[in-house]
Amino acid sequence: MALNHATSRPADPEQAGSVYQLSRRRFLQVAAAAGGGLMLSLRLPCADNAAEAADSSEFVPNAFIRIGGDGRIILTMPYVEMGQGTYTAIPMLIAEELEVGLHQITLEHAPPDERLYANPLLGVQATGNSNAIRAAWQPLRQAGATARLMLVEAAARRWGVDLASCQAQAGEVHHSPTGRRNTYGELAADAARMPVPENVVLKRPGEFRLIGTPAKRLDTPAKVNGTAVYGIDARPPGVRIATLAQSPVFGGRLKSVDDTAAMAVAGVRQIVRLDDAVAVVADHMGAAKKGLAALSIEWDDGPHAALDTDAIMAELERATLRSGAVAQDTGDVTQAMASAASRIEASYQLPFLAHATMEPMNCTVDVRPDGCEIWVGTQALARVQAAAASTAGLPLDKVVVHNHLIGGGFGRRLEADGVARAVQIARQVAGPVKVVWTREEDIQHDMYRPAWFDRISAGLDGKGRPVAWNNRFAGSSVIARWLPPAFNNGLDPDTTEGAIDLAYDLPNVHVEYVRVEPPGIPTAFWRSVGPSHNVFVTESFMDELAAAAGQDPVAYRLALLDRAPRAKAVLALAADKADWGQPLPDRTGRGVSLQSVFATYLAQVAEVEVSKDGEVRVRRVVCAVDCGIVVNPDTVRAQIQSAVIFGITAALHGAITLKDGRVEQANFDTYEMLRMNEAPMIDVHIIQSAEPPGGMGEAGTSAIVPAVTNAIHAATGKRLRRLPVDPAVLKQPA
Amino acid sequence: MTFMIKVNGNMHNVEVEGDTPLLWVLRDVLGMTGTKFGCGMALCGACTVHVDGAATRSCVTPVDSIGNSEITTIEAIGATALGARVQKAWLDREVVQCGYCQSGQIMSAMAFLAGNPRPTDADIDDAMSGNICRCGTYLRIREAIKQAAESI
Ligand code: FES
Ligand code: FES
Repeated sequence: MALNHATSRPADPEQAGSVYQLSRRRFLQVAAAAGGGLMLSLRLPCADNAAEAADSSEFVPNAFIRIGGDGRIILTMPYVEMGQGTYTAIPMLIAEELEVGLHQITLEHAPPDERLYANPLLGVQATGNSNAIRAAWQPLRQAGATARLMLVEAAARRWGVDLASCQAQAGEVHHSPTGRRNTYGELAADAARMPVPENVVLKRPGEFRLIGTPAKRLDTPAKVNGTAVYGIDARPPGVRIATLAQSPVFGGRLKSVDDTAAMAVAGVRQIVRLDDAVAVVADHMGAAKKGLAALSIEWDDGPHAALDTDAIMAELERATLRSGAVAQDTGDVTQAMASAASRIEASYQLPFLAHATMEPMNCTVDVRPDGCEIWVGTQALARVQAAAASTAGLPLDKVVVHNHLIGGGFGRRLEADGVARAVQIARQVAGPVKVVWTREEDIQHDMYRPAWFDRISAGLDGKGRPVAWNNRFAGSSVIARWLPPAFNNGLDPDTTEGAIDLAYDLPNVHVEYVRVEPPGIPTAFWRSVGPSHNVFVTESFMDELAAAAGQDPVAYRLALLDRAPRAKAVLALAADKADWGQPLPDRTGRGVSLQSVFATYLAQVAEVEVSKDGEVRVRRVVCAVDCGIVVNPDTVRAQIQSAVIFGITAALHGAITLKDGRVEQANFDTYEMLRMNEAPMIDVHIIQSAEPPGGMGEAGTSAIVPAVTNAIHAATGKRLRRLPVDPAVLKQPA
Repeated sequence: MTFMIKVNGNMHNVEVEGDTPLLWVLRDVLGMTGTKFGCGMALCGACTVHVDGAATRSCVTPVDSIGNSEITTIEAIGATALGARVQKAWLDREVVQCGYCQSGQIMSAMAFLAGNPRPTDADIDDAMSGNICRCGTYLRIREAIKQAAESI
C-alpha cells in the first residue's frame, strides 16, 4: 500500500452520477466516481461524544473509498497516524470485506474541506481517545462488503451468469465454471450503476483472512530513511524560520522589548511583537534562537505572578471537602459504611504532566490577503482550520490546511493553540513562516494533564470484603473546555472513566467529582486522560484494602470479579505469567493492577527493584489484555509496550510544577524521559476474543502506574499516595 | 561567513555564522529534513548524524568545527551495507511508531555497531541511552540492533 499525503480533495460525490441511500442510518452513499469508477462516501464517528450522538439527519461524509477504472483503491479518511498503527489497521477493515490485499489500498489524509465539513462540530474531525478502530470497525467493513457485492453483481450481469456462481478474490471477480475474470477496475464503472444492497452480511471472526494477522506497518519505510515528512519538515518556497518566547507566566503580557542586539544577529530578519509573546524571524532556526537569546524582554506577569503548585494542590484538597457532581451512586454507601466491620481512608495526589512529544510544537503559515495556508501535523484538522480562520479573520473556506505525519500526539495535537499562535505571527510576516518552538517553550507552554486530589474511603465486612466505596476527587475537566456539549450536570465521560462502574463487585458505591479549574495553567488531554488519574487511585486503594484485609492482592481482586469474567481472565493470566507468588530477593517486589477502560480489559504485573538510595528500577512488566477482536496483534503489542514506557516515565519522573507562576521544568534534563537503560522487559499476552475491538492507544498507560507503586509497596512496605515516586521516601535507613 | 562542508559525499557552500549548529544548516539551509530537532541541548539524540563515522549530536556541533570532516545523514545510510542492514532490521522488527526519533536512533545504532559488531544487551543500553523515544520503542530497538549485529 502506498501512502499519499495528498491535500487535494477527493472527487466530489455531488458532481458524479446518482446518489443512493444505503440505509436509514445514513452512514454510506454510493455513486459513480469522476473518471469512471466506484465511489463510496461514509460517515465515520470520530469521537465518542454527546455532540456526535446528537448529530443531525444531514449526511456529511468524512471518509471516501474510490475504486478507479485503473483498479486503484484510494481510501481517504479522517484519522491521522501518530504512531499507533491506524494507517495499517484501518485499511485492513476495508480490505477484509472487499477481498483485496492490503497493498492494493492507497491511503490519503482527508483534507479539511468546507464543503464536506460545512459545520465542523468541534471534535468531530479528531483522532484521540483511542477511538479510531472502535469507531471504524463496523462502518468500514460494511463499506467494503457493499462495494464487493456491487462489483460481483456488475460482473454477473456483464457475463449473464448467476450471481452466486461468481466469486470475489484479490481484487478480481471470477466465474469458475467459464474461467472468466475481471479486475475491480474493469468492473468499477458498471458497479456504480448497480443497486445498492440493503443488507450486507459481514464475515464472522472465524472467517477473517486479514484481521488478526500481524500485518506489517505501512507507514514505516519512509520513517527509517529520512523521507517521512512531519509538520516540522514543511518547507514551502521562501519559508523563513521563527522561534518565540511567550509570557513565562500564563496570562502575562509583553511590556517592552529591546531588539537592538537581536537585529544585529546575522540571518535575523524581523522581530514580531504580540500581546503576550515575541517571535524572531530568521533565515534559519540557528539565527532565530540566537536572536531570541539576544532580546531583552520585560514582561508584565499579570494576575498569576505568585502562583505555585502547592497552592493549587491545597485548593484541590479543600475542594474535596465540599460536595461535587455525583458520578455514580449505587446502593447505600452511608448505611454500608456505618455498619462495616472496619473503615479505611486515604488521599492521593497526581501532578500536572507535559506531553513532551518528540517533535516540538510547530506550525508553518502563509497569510496572504486572499487567504491563508497552513502546514502542520494535527490530530484535529477541522479544529485547526477553524482556529486559523478566526485568528486570521478569514472565512473558513479561505484557509487551506496541509496535514502531516505527527511526531507524537498523546493529546497535545488535539489543541489548536500552536496554530493560532503561528497565524498571529504570520500575519505580520510577508511570505510563509515556520514557527518552531524550542523544547523549553514546548514544555513551559504546554497544556497539561490536570493535577488531581482524591479522597477515598471504604468499609470492609468481617472477612475483609469491601461493602462500601466512597470516592471524591477534584481537578480540571478538559472536556468542559474542549467539547462543552459533552460536559453535563458537572460531569463528563472522560474525567470519571476508570473511577466509576469498576469491574469489581462492589455493592455500595458513591463517586463524586468536584470541578476545579486551576488558575494560570491550561489543561488538556494527555494519553489516557481520566483513567491516567483514576486507575492509579482505584488500583492503589484496592491494594490498600487487600493489605488491610491481610490478603494477597491478586486473590483479593479475583474474589470480587465473579460477575466480570473478562476482567477476571486477564487478571488471572497476568498473575500466572508473571510468576505471582514466587519468592523475590530483598527490596524487590511485584505489584498488580487491573483496569477496564476504553472497552479494553487489561491487567499488569510490574516487578520492581528499589535500591538502598530509593531509586526504583522496573525490571519486568507482564501484561494480559482482552481488547476484543484484534485487528493487528503486533500493533496491540507495540501499543502496550509504548504505553507501559509512557506510564513508567510518568510514575518515576513526571511532574510539572509552578513557582512564581512559571513552569520550573524546561528540557529533558528537568523533565525526564525513561531511557533505554531503564526500560523493563515487557511481556504482552493477548486473550482471544470475539467482542468488538476496544481502544489500545492509551489503555496501557494507566494500569502500569499503580502496578509500579503497588510493587514498590511489596518491595519496601512504603505506600506511595503521591506521584511521581519520590526516591527520598524509599531510602533505606542506614 | 561561507563554509564548505561535505554531506553524504557532496560538497556544499553554506553562508552562515560559524557558531550555527550543524542541525540547522542541514535542515533549514540545505533542506535535508531527515535529521530531527528534539531538544537542542544534546539530551535526546534526535539530531544524531555521523561526523567521520562518529555519532554526533548536530544540535550542539557548530558548523565551523566540521572542517574537512565527512558528514553522513539518515538520507544516505541506505547506500552502505551496514546502513541497509540496520534499516532492514528496523522494518523486520516493526520498531517504528511515530518515527520522529528514529533517524537519530538509527544513526546512533549504526555508529555503535560499526565499533561493536557483537554487542551485549548492556552494551546496547549504554550506547543507546542518549537517544530518547517518547513512543517507548526501546525493546524493539534493542531487538533490531541484535538482528542487525547477527547479520553482520
Ligand atoms: S536535538 Fe540534538 S540531542 Fe536533542
Ligand atoms: S517512535 Fe515516536 S519518539 Fe520514537
